[in-house]
Amino acid sequence: MSTLTLDHVSRWFGNVVAVNDITMTIGPGVTGLLGPNGAGKSTLINMMGGFLAPSTGTVTLDGQPVWRNEQIYRHIGVVPEREAMYDFLTGREFVLANAELHGLGAKEAQRALATVEMEHAQDRKISTYSKGMRQRVKMASALVHDPSLLLLDEPFNGMDPRQRMQLMDLLRRMGDEGRTVLFSSHILEEVEQLAWHIEVVVAGRHAASGDFRKIRRLMTDRPHRYLVRSSDDRALAAALIADPSTSGIEVDHAEGALRIQAVDFGRFTTLLPKVARELGIRLHTVSPSDESLESVFSYLVAA
Amino acid sequence: MYDPTVARLTYRALLGRRRALILGALPLLLIVIAVAVRALSGADDQTAVNVLGGFALATMVPIIGVIAGTGAIGPEIDDGSVVYLLSKPLKRPVIVFTKLIVAIAVTMVFSAVPTLVAGLILNGNGQRIAVAYTVAALVASIAYAALFLLLGTVSRHAVVFGLVYALVWEALFGSLVSGARTLSVQQWSLAVAHRVAGGDLVTSDVGLPTATVLLVLVTVLATWYAGRKLRGLTLAGEE
Repeated sequence: MSTLTLDHVSRWFGNVVAVNDITMTIGPGVTGLLGPNGAGKSTLINMMGGFLAPSTGTVTLDGQPVWRNEQIYRHIGVVPEREAMYDFLTGREFVLANAELHGLGAKEAQRALATVEMEHAQDRKISTYSKGMRQRVKMASALVHDPSLLLLDEPFNGMDPRQRMQLMDLLRRMGDEGRTVLFSSHILEEVEQLAWHIEVVVAGRHAASGDFRKIRRLMTDRPHRYLVRSSDDRALAAALIADPSTSGIEVDHAEGALRIQAVDFGRFTTLLPKVARELGIRLHTVSPSDESLESVFSYLVAA
Repeated sequence: MYDPTVARLTYRALLGRRRALILGALPLLLIVIAVAVRALSGADDQTAVNVLGGFALATMVPIIGVIAGTGAIGPEIDDGSVVYLLSKPLKRPVIVFTKLIVAIAVTMVFSAVPTLVAGLILNGNGQRIAVAYTVAALVASIAYAALFLLLGTVSRHAVVFGLVYALVWEALFGSLVSGARTLSVQQWSLAVAHRVAGGDLVTSDVGLPTATVLLVLVTVLATWYAGRKLRGLTLAGEE
């Protein structure tokens, strides 16, 4: 059982602040580190893995500093995002080399390859592997010494759905065994399916932390903006603003459309078609205008 | 201090791919030159010195040093695969020292061996010229490997800087400015060669004691500093 602790950690590169005063505790089980691209997730994971020094603050694993402490890797397994991994070796040679660097041998390497179900392709060169196979061999190399903390940077990137499921099962198993598993992702659904606990990072800041249901609610309860075109915009606007699920409507002449701000997402989405039908108005366009992950996340930061 | 697994990975990275071809090309060229010179002008001590000193020691050895020294670590840092070494309970100096041994061995094999063969072809080791230049190549291999390994650790453009040092500083600048010759691995190794050959055919601008001290100093300092750099090596995110 291991606990990773970040205490007021910041990291800047020149004038750019990549991670801004983050304090969090990652305990046993599967934790998802969620945030849009460029939010500072990789910088955070690199600091957690001891590959980058925090500019201020400390990262510790069970009280031991992670930075400049090679012995800490007896307890940490790392699955980096980058693809490069000694492509001229076979899968077996690669995992065996990783085992040897831990002072272990062929037995442990074989066990790790079995865990990720890569024995069938272990004698092929890594350069011939698919993205999913590479990811599994990386996992094997990170699991070879049976670490209590597993760090994975965007592990599902580029995987097909079947590979994704397999890896999720594996990570879930690791979490059930009492390991501390932390993975980063910019896709909410991935995190929701797998993580027991979610940490949200936006623009280098710690935006939210907790159970995924709580985060999900925060995300769906936020004001939603829609662009609506219909056969009678003004009549539709009048009917919609009468309902408490909308907080504002603007008639945009240039666009020839309504800009609607809804405060109750669930209620608004059932209200709109109902009202249109009752008034005999045809809806030409209904499009969310701020569904980008960025806006979802920035709402979280403000919340 | 030496990790066989790190060594194995380094050897395979260095001797696989295109790098082995480049490593093999220059020695092959040297042998071809030696055979051609011998066939055209017969055995001559001065010609042997010109070829071994002008091409083998001044050009081939430093270039092979650059390829082996920077290649032993630079590509791994560049593509990020060094993370698999760094995420292990392995002292950083052990990684650097092991890679240095590999780089030295590769540089020696690809520079000293062809130098000896070329020397034997050129004048059959007359005046001990072949052996003198072979010893010089061996000595230079150590210093070049250490120097360029450090370069591979600190810079992403290690190969370019290495080639600039090897070709511009050692070959061009050294022949124009006499002060530059004192700070030249080539001259230090020539001091050793001068001692081996005796006589005045092989000469150096640096005395043997100075050369020895500088060779040891450069090798030790470069290795120490590379270990230090690797300990604090940061892997920036891709964001």
